[in-house]
Amino acid sequence: MSVNPVAASPVPVVIPARPPRIVRIAKWMLRASRQQPLGTIGAVVVFVFLVAATVPGLVAPYDPDKVGVGARLEGSSWSHVMGTDSIGRDVFSRIIWGARLSVLIGFGSVLVGTTVGTAIGLVSGYAGGLADTLIQRFVDALMTFPGLILALVLVTVWGQGVPQLVLAIAILIIPGATRIVRGATLAEKNNQYIDAARVLGASHHRILFRHILPNVSAPIIVIVSVMVGVAILIEAALSFLGLGVPPPTSSWGQMLSIEGRTYMLQQPWLAIWPGLAISLVVLGLNLVGDALRDLLDPKLRLR
Amino acid sequence: MQQYIAQRILWSIPTLFLISIAIFGMVRVIPGDAITAQFTSQGNISADDIAKARKSLGIDEPIVSQYIDWISGAARGDFGDSLVTRSSVTDRIWDTLPISLEIAVIGIVISVVISLPIGILSAVKANSMTDYVGRLFALTGLAVPSFWLGILLLVLPSVWFGYLPPLRYIPFTENPLTNLRQFILPSFAVGFVSAATLMRMTRSSMLEVIRADHVRTARAKGLQERVVVLRHALKLAMIPVITILGAQIANLVTGTVVIEQVFGLPGTGRLLIQAINQRDYPLIQAMVMMIAVTVLAVNLLVDISYAWLDPRIRYGGGR
Repeated sequence: MSVNPVAASPVPVVIPARPPRIVRIAKWMLRASRQQPLGTIGAVVVFVFLVAATVPGLVAPYDPDKVGVGARLEGSSWSHVMGTDSIGRDVFSRIIWGARLSVLIGFGSVLVGTTVGTAIGLVSGYAGGLADTLIQRFVDALMTFPGLILALVLVTVWGQGVPQLVLAIAILIIPGATRIVRGATLAEKNNQYIDAARVLGASHHRILFRHILPNVSAPIIVIVSVMVGVAILIEAALSFLGLGVPPPTSSWGQMLSIEGRTYMLQQPWLAIWPGLAISLVVLGLNLVGDALRDLLDPKLRLR
Repeated sequence: MQQYIAQRILWSIPTLFLISIAIFGMVRVIPGDAITAQFTSQGNISADDIAKARKSLGIDEPIVSQYIDWISGAARGDFGDSLVTRSSVTDRIWDTLPISLEIAVIGIVISVVISLPIGILSAVKANSMTDYVGRLFALTGLAVPSFWLGILLLVLPSVWFGYLPPLRYIPFTENPLTNLRQFILPSFAVGFVSAATLMRMTRSSMLEVIRADHVRTARAKGLQERVVVLRHALKLAMIPVITILGAQIANLVTGTVVIEQVFGLPGTGRLLIQAINQRDYPLIQAMVMMIAVTVLAVNLLVDISYAWLDPRIRYGGGR
């Protein structure tokens, strides 16, 4: 008869209770922020923009579309931190409301693009053979188009609007995401734990989503953070070219192209603030992406 | 090696075919057709006129024969006539091409001149203050939209010094100096953005090579650090950088589209935006196809040069 060694030992063994999940996440974040000071700065910037985008009404001092809340083409002052535009709208309020659109399109398109890309990449890498070859040729063909050009044509065909923009930019993200996830899947699928799962009778579906997906999640998280920045830049470029979401919705690219370019010599700040907003949020996202790559990818940690 | 090249070229044919179908299909997906879209924006025109215009464009024929017509013309460099100006699409593209090429070429030069020294310095002095400044510079370059940089390059000198570059396009043959003055700013805006990517690649590639055995041997021989870095490490580190440089061509194409709008230069990018605004479908199709073919050709050249530079890849097969 076997005896439970713990129960039999004279000294009571105390197994410390695992701290709740939220405490563990908080501890991890604290450690991460100490290791990655630049990434932390980036995260703070991104957080501020997310807040502005979620509750613009609370942050913005004025109605962004209300004409004549100040004088025309005013410089910055206490009542209008970033000045006013050519018809007296408050620039700061317009920037805050513009964040909403950038965040919506940036995160929306990346969510759609990486989900589809991940699914295709998983299947392509796991299945191999003819399916893989065909999918990769298709991805090659998609990657041949420079991103902005493809988005331009798609928006021309589909018309201008938030859903169309999200879909057009998502299509640009799919091939890159597919590539990366396929590569990671290829590396993962020959591991012994996959064989073990298969021997135990796990279905392909279970192997893909319960075993491989969690193990390729690190590169996926990194692409998401970097791609949101790319998506925001493409949205800004499309709006700048007059093919973004039509006015009166305020978007940074559109502010640059209409107000910024027309009045840049009379009121240069009109051409500076929206670009600064775009650059800051994209820089923040890139810093977060770099930090995440260092934290999540042990192979690169030494660099 | 020859087998590898042949394989790569063969593989690009189905890709090209897929692309051409996609481009051809995209325009056909629009509800109604090109003519209806055009005429409705112009006001009312009799059904008779529409039918006539449709026939002249050949879009009353079945879709497969339309595609064959288009693709066989395209293969001969004839993309049909513009819907708006009725002139040859190919001619219009040829007229604007030199302007975009000039921006792109000067842009590449600027980008290489900025990125290589910073990338090398960043890697050689890894984790120093120099490295941090270099990396921050690269991250900034990735975050700044080129069109905003372009606007700043126009605004700031004019505010500070009252300087504005000539805004009407002057061909190089007319006045080389004015022409260069006009192109340096847009090229810088485009080049700066791709410099960021190049710098990051140079840095990480250098970091990998600088720890390699042959570099240690060179140091052990007592060679000067400068010689070790420039002669022994750099040569090997350049291989992935060349690949990225190839990929940057695609980015430059995108960059010129936007930057030509900012500086009012009548290049290919501006023609594309104009074509899109006027719904000039033959022109849009032709330009997108040409861009795709160019990028495909550059990728092919990069892959081949890569295999040529790095013998390890040569036997890797088609992928």
